[in-house]
Amino acid sequence: MQKSVFKKTIEIIIFIIFIFFLFAPLLSLGIWSVALRWYWPHTFPQEIGFDYWFQALGITKSLTLGAVNVVPAFWLSLGIAIVVVIITMAIAIPAGYALAKLRIPTFLKGLILILFLMPRAFPQQPVFLNLMLMFNKIGLTGTVLGVIFVHLVVGLVYAVWITASTFRSIPPELEEAARSVGASRLKAFFKVTLPLSAPGLIASAVFVFLTSMDEFTGTFFVGLPFVTTLPMTLYSASGSNIQFASVIAILLLIPSILFMVLIQKFLKAEHIGGMGG
Amino acid sequence: MAILKVNNLNKNFGKVKAVQEVSFEATEGKVLSLLGPSGCGKTTTLRCIAGFENPDQGEIYLDDKKITYIPPEQRGIGMVFQNYALWPHMTVYGNLAFGLQIRKVPKPEISKRIKRVLSIVQLEGFEDRFPRQMSGGQQQRIAMARALVFEPGIMLLDEPLSNLDAQLREEMRFEFIELQKKLGITAVYVTHDQAEALVISHKILILDQGKKIQLGTPKEIYANPKNKFVAGFIAVTSFIDGSVDSFTEEKKKVMVKTNDGLIIQGFNSNLSVGQKVSVAMRMNVIKFIQDENKMQKNKVNIFKGKIIQSSYLGNIIDYKIKVGNWEVRTNSDAKYDFKVGEEVTFYLSPHDIIITSEK
Repeated sequence: MQKSVFKKTIEIIIFIIFIFFLFAPLLSLGIWSVALRWYWPHTFPQEIGFDYWFQALGITKSLTLGAVNVVPAFWLSLGIAIVVVIITMAIAIPAGYALAKLRIPTFLKGLILILFLMPRAFPQQPVFLNLMLMFNKIGLTGTVLGVIFVHLVVGLVYAVWITASTFRSIPPELEEAARSVGASRLKAFFKVTLPLSAPGLIASAVFVFLTSMDEFTGTFFVGLPFVTTLPMTLYSASGSNIQFASVIAILLLIPSILFMVLIQKFLKAEHIGGMGG
Repeated sequence: MAILKVNNLNKNFGKVKAVQEVSFEATEGKVLSLLGPSGCGKTTTLRCIAGFENPDQGEIYLDDKKITYIPPEQRGIGMVFQNYALWPHMTVYGNLAFGLQIRKVPKPEISKRIKRVLSIVQLEGFEDRFPRQMSGGQQQRIAMARALVFEPGIMLLDEPLSNLDAQLREEMRFEFIELQKKLGITAVYVTHDQAEALVISHKILILDQGKKIQLGTPKEIYANPKNKFVAGFIAVTSFIDGSVDSFTEEKKKVMVKTNDGLIIQGFNSNLSVGQKVSVAMRMNVIKFIQDENKMQKNKVNIFKGKIIQSSYLGNIIDYKIKVGNWEVRTNSDAKYDFKVGEEVTFYLSPHDIIITSEK
């Protein structure tokens, strides 16, 4: 009895903390995005309206400082994210498969993993600054292509790790059994390994999509001022117009939340669990 | 007629010599077991035959066709895996149909063949089940059916029963024998369970540390293990080591002398004087003598020992006896009720003990 009361209390405390950290900022964002006038010491805005939403979405024109039409930025971010996901998965699936299933000498395996981890192992700014200097020489700064490259560098880390661990979690006998009944290596992969690893691969794609949607530092160095993704507009708005920034932040949250729901559906714990190995 | 021929097979993993110069033939319609402790190279040998490993040296022939390096899907060999390896995202029908679809067998024929193979493994009507909806034994049978349904020339089984519980395992042994007889399929069967190998095989190949130790019928291997290792693997529980002292009656009987002065008589004409040998005893060979006068005319192989351990097992008692420097174990009838520390006299029939080379 005593124990269950104790347990309940802990659960409630954790729940409150969870609510506080997750929903309080969301609520605050929601209120700010509709606050037309909100001066101290009022607890709630004195005037509420969707004016800033309309302005941000380009429905009404705005002359406010820091106001931008975020719709093109949203489409740009979405487009870049989709391209990044496609290219990343096209690289990560064979790379992850090779790391997980093929007999690669250990030192080579380590080398490949380090190669993919390198960009994340150092502080981000110097890495991207360097990348910017390199891209400057070949004319990639300020182009969508350059930004896609940056996002690939970031996304591949997650993708290769998750796909490798996904493939590793599938017993090799399943593919061998397919080959023993007459399937070629390719057929065994497409008919057995791929369908079984779909949840992990989807999860990996979702992670890549979200990192691309959210990516800031790299885009800041390589993309600005010509490529303004959604996080870039948030940055420029946040300095001068909290309402605008709140609207953009909520827009940024929408795909994240949608995909979190998707992950919940598909991702099994073991796919993340095997990541270290 | 040999259907599968393995010739001088060698396979190394880095510095580990997994298989060394292993040669054998599997006869058509018979079961050949590869028996040995874990790490003896039996599974590697099987995987070389299946095509999942490329041997470093040696050849493998199937029906006189050299298959050493051709990919597994072109060998036409059925394989049953230890963990069944059924595809969890496919139904029983999907699992069984896969190999047939690849072979472009027409659909009605596929259904017919699946029906037939399911009736062979006694799982009629299981087409729509998923592997997770079946028990271990049922999954095992489906794995067997999957390896049979495309009518392979030969079937490989990698410890197929070791994931089942003891009782089911014994039942499945007999089912496998029935099935194999009915279909007359050639099988290579990997196991570490000597009882299983004795029951199901026509021939047993014993491997140790990647090397072939002995090849023979179950009876040959049980009665005449080639050396101490084989004996120890086939249900021998006690050893007394010594060397060949002399032969009697034109090499019929061999006298073994131990370093603590025991002289034991047995049969084995393939030894030479001075050779290091081991006297191998199974659980039932020691005969206790309670009235010493009765055995007067037969004075050989009578020993005195001391009971050092006794475990009561109901109808039998498991004794450990100290003889000289040796400890031997025996199962005795519960009517002999010795206490620990008690002196006993026992007789070893020269016909019951095995004199075998130490190496």
